[in-house]
Amino acid sequence: MKARALLGVLFALLLIAPAAIGAYPLAVLILILHYAYLGIAWNVMMGFAGILSLGHALYVGLGAYVAAALYASFGLPALLGAVPAAVVATLAGLGIGALGFRFRVNGVYFALLTIAFAEFTRILFDHMGWTGGSSGFFLPVEHGHTNLIALRGPPILFYYVALGMTAAAFVASHALMRTRLGYAWLAIREDADSAAASGVDVFRARMAAVAVSSALTSLGGVFYAFYYNNMYPEQIFSMARSIEIILAPIIGGLGTLFGPVLGSFVLTLLGEGTTSLLEHFGLAAPGAKQVIYGLALLVIVMVRPAGLWPWLARRLGVGRDG
Amino acid sequence: MADVLLAARGLSKSFRGLKAVNDVSFVVNKGEVLALIGPNGAGKTTCFNLLAGAMPPDHGAVILEGRDITGFRADQACRAGIGRTFQVVKPFAGLSVLDNVAVGALNAAKHVGEAKERARAVLDLLDLGHKVDEPASSLTLPDRKRLEVARALATGPKLLLLDEVMAGLRPTECDRLVEILAGLNRRDGLTILLIEHVMRAVMKLAQRIVVLHHGEKIAEGAPEAVVRDPAVLDCYLGEAEL
Amino acid sequence: MEVYLDIVASGVLTGLVYGLMALGLSVIFGVVRVVNFAHGELTVAAMYMAWVMAGSLGADPLLTLPVIAAALFAVGYLLQRHLVERFIGRPEHEQFMLLLAVSIIILNGLLLVYGPDARHVQVEYAYDSFELGPMLLDTVRVYAAGAAVALALGLYLFFRFTDLGTAIRACADNLLGAQVVGLDVRRLYALTFGIGCAVVGASGTLMVLMRDATPQLAVQLTLLAFIVVIIGGLGSMAGALVGGVLIGVSEALAGFLLTPSLKSLFSYGLLILVLLLRPEGLMGKRT
Repeated sequence: MKARALLGVLFALLLIAPAAIGAYPLAVLILILHYAYLGIAWNVMMGFAGILSLGHALYVGLGAYVAAALYASFGLPALLGAVPAAVVATLAGLGIGALGFRFRVNGVYFALLTIAFAEFTRILFDHMGWTGGSSGFFLPVEHGHTNLIALRGPPILFYYVALGMTAAAFVASHALMRTRLGYAWLAIREDADSAAASGVDVFRARMAAVAVSSALTSLGGVFYAFYYNNMYPEQIFSMARSIEIILAPIIGGLGTLFGPVLGSFVLTLLGEGTTSLLEHFGLAAPGAKQVIYGLALLVIVMVRPAGLWPWLARRLGVGRDG
Repeated sequence: MADVLLAARGLSKSFRGLKAVNDVSFVVNKGEVLALIGPNGAGKTTCFNLLAGAMPPDHGAVILEGRDITGFRADQACRAGIGRTFQVVKPFAGLSVLDNVAVGALNAAKHVGEAKERARAVLDLLDLGHKVDEPASSLTLPDRKRLEVARALATGPKLLLLDEVMAGLRPTECDRLVEILAGLNRRDGLTILLIEHVMRAVMKLAQRIVVLHHGEKIAEGAPEAVVRDPAVLDCYLGEAEL
Repeated sequence: MEVYLDIVASGVLTGLVYGLMALGLSVIFGVVRVVNFAHGELTVAAMYMAWVMAGSLGADPLLTLPVIAAALFAVGYLLQRHLVERFIGRPEHEQFMLLLAVSIIILNGLLLVYGPDARHVQVEYAYDSFELGPMLLDTVRVYAAGAAVALALGLYLFFRFTDLGTAIRACADNLLGAQVVGLDVRRLYALTFGIGCAVVGASGTLMVLMRDATPQLAVQLTLLAFIVVIIGGLGSMAGALVGGVLIGVSEALAGFLLTPSLKSLFSYGLLILVLLLRPEGLMGKRT
């Protein structure tokens, strides 16, 4: 009950926040919500089903490119383009999953497989003429008109879309954990042999986790495409992007519902805070921010290896799942 | 002629040329408790793995209620009605005791709520009712053994395979578990196939015994007769269990 | 036709240096069971050390190699003792986060100090070449590859014939047994991490003869080391060199026949095939 009340307060605050803050804090909040959303999506695979993916940038990139290309070529609004985007990303995920699970590629090896496919795709897109290759793909920006279906409009529109997506993903993963499938995932994460002996079809449950996770992640990619209006294979499919996606859920607490949200708040504020501080003192040299970021990450990992949320939840006296 | 629940026909399995199980046949009748005994390395656990779908046999067939389930995966075997425990217990360490058993119960339940109720009932039966909210990782070994039995039992099996669940238990704990299992067999007609080294439990529970040695069946029959069989005594020579 | 011979030969020579770098990763994983995600960052750090010494002392990287390897040994030893040690036996993702944090600090530390520009080490023999039958081999590559093979051989002899090497292998084969007979496993792990990093230091120093140092190279090199190790087979010393040569040749050919930017496409393709069809690697033992 206490957890729900806290969540309600947080959600209400986020709902009214735009009225009270300026353009820059709003942009930071959008970034926080975007990474919280992607973290929740990744957490379905690793946190719940125990499948380590280090190539989630693949699904962000596919989602972004498919929806953006359909909009640019045929004028298909983003919310409709999201369907084929999710289908393409899910098929890619299922393909990698089927290969990996059938050939018994597990743990770190599976993670390497996901990196290999993401990098492979990055290089392909770098050389694909009709999506602009390495010089990137751009969406036309039209000022002054707002259209929710097409995801065209001012930052505030994107803020509420990001908030809606994050809240929906949060509620959806909360609900999933209370289904047969959710139990199957947790069982497989803990011990796949025991899960199978309890009647869980391990292959199918793992494939379902990949499907849910890649579909959700690709919708994050659609958001990215229409919010930033530009995408470069070098960035969107990069290993660095995959790592950015997984930082928040791990720092927040793997396998917990609220972990990705908390992790995203902490990490984004840490990053933005360091930037402002360094600029304030005139020390903003390239690399300076990331060194401090890395040091902070190191401290968090050393002090709270299981993540911040399980610890904070105990402090607040709420269930660790929140 | 009793009703046959499970028939193992000519099961064989080799690992790198070593015959772990060699042409083993036996039946388990409906409602009976059958014990599978034999010295270490006799192929008992491999036999279980073949029956429960953890690995496919090289030759032979597994027939459950007249249905050929040879080559079923572990989860298919479980859904067909074979519940098993692991010799080295494998609890879902990060989950609560209740959720551990609920995972098994979902095999027989329509939804999560029903599975949780079922799990509670099974845990009560195995004297773990007061520990439902504890994480499985905090349990002692005897409790983990009981949790393993509870998880397998919750899947609603027609045949329960128990792999050395008495090992590591104190005599009183062992007697209690025997009592519970005997009750399940007598009251609910649950059929049980058990691998066991603790002869005290075997003699109390089993109505028949099958003896394996070097992957082959060397004796079969009523407990009192089997333990006097010279071939059986021979193979146990030098072993401490008997 | 001779062009192809030259390209393959150059790929083999470069690949041997890749193999040495991957060997460092393989040694650490084989013994300590930790995947060193900061591998490329450490390699690039060694490249910068070689560049600094070449600039300030005018020293040839081949001469400063022992100094740099010793420095990296110390880095690895301390890294294991003070950071990685507490994460032994913990979940893989926690180890990953730790080494990721370390890699972010090293990478951006280099960026902060030396900036994003490529740094080039000029040696007198940069444009010399050897003639071997019909082939023309770059002198720098011949030296670098020769040194890499010599070091790999030295490492093999160390693990095979010295007491310390045998003790470290014992830890890798049977940790419990090693503890039972009274080996100081923590010290051996730290030494192993140090040795792995020293190998990285050496390979970075050799690498700088063939490639300019930039901070951005680090991530590529980490992935490259993974690819080589997985293809060759984790824990196989010969496998690391074979994997390195295979990748070196495939990169050289792809760079020549297609475009240089496509060269790693084949490396990743090869990685995917090996993971699926022979996950223990080409030279690894089947489990």
